[in-house]
Amino acid sequence: MRRASDCVLIGLVALAALLGLACGGSAGGELILATTTSTQDSRLLDELIPRFERESRLRLKVIAVGSGAALAMGERGDADVLLVHSPRAEEAFVAGGGGVERARVMHNDFVIVGPAGDAAGIRGGRDAAAALARIANARATFASRGDESGTHAKELALWEAARVARPRGEGWYLETGQGMSATLTIATEKSAYTLADRGTWLAVADRERLPLMVEGDERLFNVYHVIVVNPARHPRVNAEGARRLRAFLLAAETQRQIGEFGRDRYGQPLFTPNPR
Amino acid sequence: MDLLLEAIAEAWRLLTTGDADVYGITARTAAITGTSTLVSMLIGMPAGMALALGRFPGRRPLVALANAGTGMPPVVAGLIVAMLLWRSGPLGSLRLIYTPAAIVVAQTLIATPVIAALTAAAVMALPPSLHLQIRAMGAGRSQYLWLVAREARLPLLVAVMAGFGAVISEVGASMMVGGNLAGSTRVLTTASVLEVGKGQFGTALALGFILVAVTIGVSLVLSAVQQRAQRR
Repeated sequence: MRRASDCVLIGLVALAALLGLACGGSAGGELILATTTSTQDSRLLDELIPRFERESRLRLKVIAVGSGAALAMGERGDADVLLVHSPRAEEAFVAGGGGVERARVMHNDFVIVGPAGDAAGIRGGRDAAAALARIANARATFASRGDESGTHAKELALWEAARVARPRGEGWYLETGQGMSATLTIATEKSAYTLADRGTWLAVADRERLPLMVEGDERLFNVYHVIVVNPARHPRVNAEGARRLRAFLLAAETQRQIGEFGRDRYGQPLFTPNPR
Repeated sequence: MDLLLEAIAEAWRLLTTGDADVYGITARTAAITGTSTLVSMLIGMPAGMALALGRFPGRRPLVALANAGTGMPPVVAGLIVAMLLWRSGPLGSLRLIYTPAAIVVAQTLIATPVIAALTAAAVMALPPSLHLQIRAMGAGRSQYLWLVAREARLPLLVAVMAGFGAVISEVGASMMVGGNLAGSTRVLTTASVLEVGKGQFGTALALGFILVAVTIGVSLVLSAVQQRAQRR
């Protein structure tokens, strides 16, 4: 009998500790930021969040999903503020009344990367659409995110620009359905081409096995916007906190930090702050 | 191969230098999965006993349901709980989404069928004569249940261990309802996924080793209890 009561006691202590954890987490108000995997995988947010939490005394909960999923969370009011990079979908989201006060935070660019062997012969080109057309012609393996993320949306727009029917179902076209980092790993292992944001490619990929192929096309521009989820539509949204994070991201000190981020580790910054 | 060796070296370094983050994550994982297992026990064991001993309509379909529930994919459990707890969901006003408590709820949904099904199986496996003996001793209802549980204590420990194993190793539910928040809902499995995302395979592997070590530790404790129980 003694042992059973001990077990119950230990359990209750564990439960109390857990409730403590839960309460500790919500003290001082919380804010849910839905964002893309690239901001998390590149570790940019790890660098910015601690200062925001200190200054605002808010607990920031970062949910890293694709831009499509982040916008869907905003649509339902399950997030307070979004940091995303899927301009066409964002415009539709704001026009539909899902979000307000959309502002540009930073940009970097997408790059086409691929196997060192370069079977499609696209290395050094500047025309992203022409490069994709060559990949399709050569039936060279291409790894697509296939997850309705901002990067995926960009890739689909480029296929359109290349006048190639969406190659879904073709043997050479792999849809990973995963984040940028996982897709880069798959591309490396499968000797596939892929479209990646420069930040994640620099931070994660093996650049010898998956070198840069095409950069500099203006269509490869990758811009990140902050959007406050419309508080008029979702009364539970922490609009004050969302506006605070928006102001924080646009503040001069944060913008400077964004512009410096990654310089020490990769020899070049991963993002360019928004010019004012 | 180089990568694997590097990863093992990194794992060793993290474990021996006492990285504060890693220990925090481990302690949190133990607290969360321990609580989930406890809650699942409190629900699953009585439910399993009722399934084994009760005589009520719909018992067989319920046993089948519990057995099928042992195969509940964590990501589905996570999705169901997330849909309930999201702000837009029916329980959104509780503000539980992305908290450790939300993980406990989802993990309880995963472990309870496992514990209930294994408890029911354990009790049903007892020799029928045992029930007659206990009744003949003139035991009351609660004494009867206690004695049955005592007789089945070894397989019941296995049931608890299986429930614990199911929740400590799952990642889909914790990720979905917890959000993998540093210092609050980041547990060993979700941290490991994050490190893979960052390309830090050594750290990811180190977290995996710790996970295995915790599981082995818990099963050693439970089997020590089991052996002591056997000697009595």
